[in-house]
Amino acid sequence: MVTETQVANSAGEPRVQATKWRTWKRFWRYPLSSIGVIGMVLLFAFCFVGPMLYHVSPTQGDFTALLQPPSAKHPLGTDDAGHDVLARMMVGGQASLEVGFLSAFVAMAFGTLYGMVSALAGGWVDIILMRIVDILLSIPSIFILLFLNATFKPNVGLMIFVLAATSWLGVSRIVRGEVLKIKNETYVEAALLAGVRTWRLMTKYLVPNFIGTVLVTTTFAVADSILSIAGLSFLGLGLPPPAPNWGADLSAAMNYIFQNAWWLIYPPGILILCSQLFVNFIGDGLRHALETRTD
Amino acid sequence: MLSYIVRRILQAIPSLIGISIITFVLLHIVPGNPVRILLGQHYTPQRAAALAQSLGLNKPLYMQYLIWLWNILHGNLGYSYNYTEPVTYLIGHALPNTLSLVLIATIFAQLFAMLIGTVQAYFENSIADHVITVLNYFFYSMPSFWLGILMVMFFSIQLHWFPSGGVVNPQDPNPGFWDWLHHLVLPAATLTLVTLAGYSRYMRSSVRETLLMDYIRTARAKGLRESQVLWRHVLRNSILPQITLFGLSFPALFAGALFIEEIFNYPGMGLLYWNAVGTLDYPVLLGVTMFLGALTIIGNLLADILYSLVDPRISLESMS
Repeated sequence: MVTETQVANSAGEPRVQATKWRTWKRFWRYPLSSIGVIGMVLLFAFCFVGPMLYHVSPTQGDFTALLQPPSAKHPLGTDDAGHDVLARMMVGGQASLEVGFLSAFVAMAFGTLYGMVSALAGGWVDIILMRIVDILLSIPSIFILLFLNATFKPNVGLMIFVLAATSWLGVSRIVRGEVLKIKNETYVEAALLAGVRTWRLMTKYLVPNFIGTVLVTTTFAVADSILSIAGLSFLGLGLPPPAPNWGADLSAAMNYIFQNAWWLIYPPGILILCSQLFVNFIGDGLRHALETRTD
Repeated sequence: MLSYIVRRILQAIPSLIGISIITFVLLHIVPGNPVRILLGQHYTPQRAAALAQSLGLNKPLYMQYLIWLWNILHGNLGYSYNYTEPVTYLIGHALPNTLSLVLIATIFAQLFAMLIGTVQAYFENSIADHVITVLNYFFYSMPSFWLGILMVMFFSIQLHWFPSGGVVNPQDPNPGFWDWLHHLVLPAATLTLVTLAGYSRYMRSSVRETLLMDYIRTARAKGLRESQVLWRHVLRNSILPQITLFGLSFPALFAGALFIEEIFNYPGMGLLYWNAVGTLDYPVLLGVTMFLGALTIIGNLLADILYSLVDPRISLESMS
């Protein structure tokens, strides 16, 4: 009798390696990918290494310099409470990046599992599970996020949970579609006949077939999450002050647009824009390399 | 056709009930007590009990839900705790503002996207294509709230071309259409710019795919003028995916509108919801969410119907 492992081995491990290598090369050949990766590394360095080199407190104001434009002492100027803008930008990105990446990964893991279960179960379970997704998708997630953040006291863990809870929907649909496509392939049937367990079927036979698509979707979900946390902070509902955040600082800067305090308005906006740009570059590079289509 | 529409509307009913149950349960399981917020410093246990009784908040949750559902079937969305106005009245004032903002922005975004996407695909790998691609990335990644602030900074504060917020000039005794339009320009332009990039990326790839089709080669081979090939064959086939995209982008548009309404102090559904969040104004929160959910479902239905009207090859029967 052919065992499940033999079926897997006859499919040919080396071919998978070759594909991986080719994909990797294609990723780096795409000019935007390297800009995205380098940019993201610099952004992480700015937020996490920056504060170790630039010893200025983001939360202690310099009362001799309130609302000052950039100077030698404060390279990016100060806000209305004398906080150093550069220090605030560095620390302000930490939570955004942590929450952005972690929530996207949690959402993708859950969405993948949900989509696979739905597709494999079929019948009524599938209809009900997908109906739930349809219903949740028709409520704009920012409205749910706003409400949840207003009633709970947000912290990093809660933000990850809340953002993940609203961003797994799209991927569950994509994964379900992919599994429905490959569910009746002969190699899946062979594995089932060989008596493979459901978990192993999922991880060894199904996931490798659509991991590329999920990876691309995850990347774009990171961008969405970073934007959501900035947006929530902008509306005053992110992580509570005095912890600095790009979105919250941008919202505070709005009070001084009539004084033309450009040094308060540009840095947070540019940093949010850069985080979006770099993640989107990486996402497009991956899409290009993996030749997937994510609609 | 008619039977299809009726069937789709019937299918929407369980979805709407689903939205209402999810929102209702979500609102009531979270910590926070609207009675406490409403009473503020006048809070005493007796007053709280009396107010909870009059608002019907002391009943079991399923009863509250059923009462709310019964009322909504009679066209009554309840009274706002804050404004002591019917929720239908508040939504009636906010909805036209949001819809005009969203629809104007979408129409402009779609038109520009068709133009830009076609030019890009038609002149693929030209300098124009690369420049537009870079600009697309830029606006696609641009947070709507930052763009909104920049718009206010340049066009309102420095150039004084447009007002920085609101919908009417408070000093104008009878503001007319032009005043309204004047106030709408900046918010609508912001929403257009942030949605345009996504649409035009789609348009570019669908025109590119269409250009490779055999029927395009046939059209050229039989000697049609290039403008005719473009208008009759390429464009008509490439705008199809845009229609579906339009239906699917409703939630994102409302989300985008929320930030823009907040920046421009534009009294729409987003600002109404945002003000209700802080005070746990349940009837308003529920009403707005239900309305946006319903609009999304209607948007999807409209997109499907439009799709079949534009493309006779697709029959609605086969889609369901």
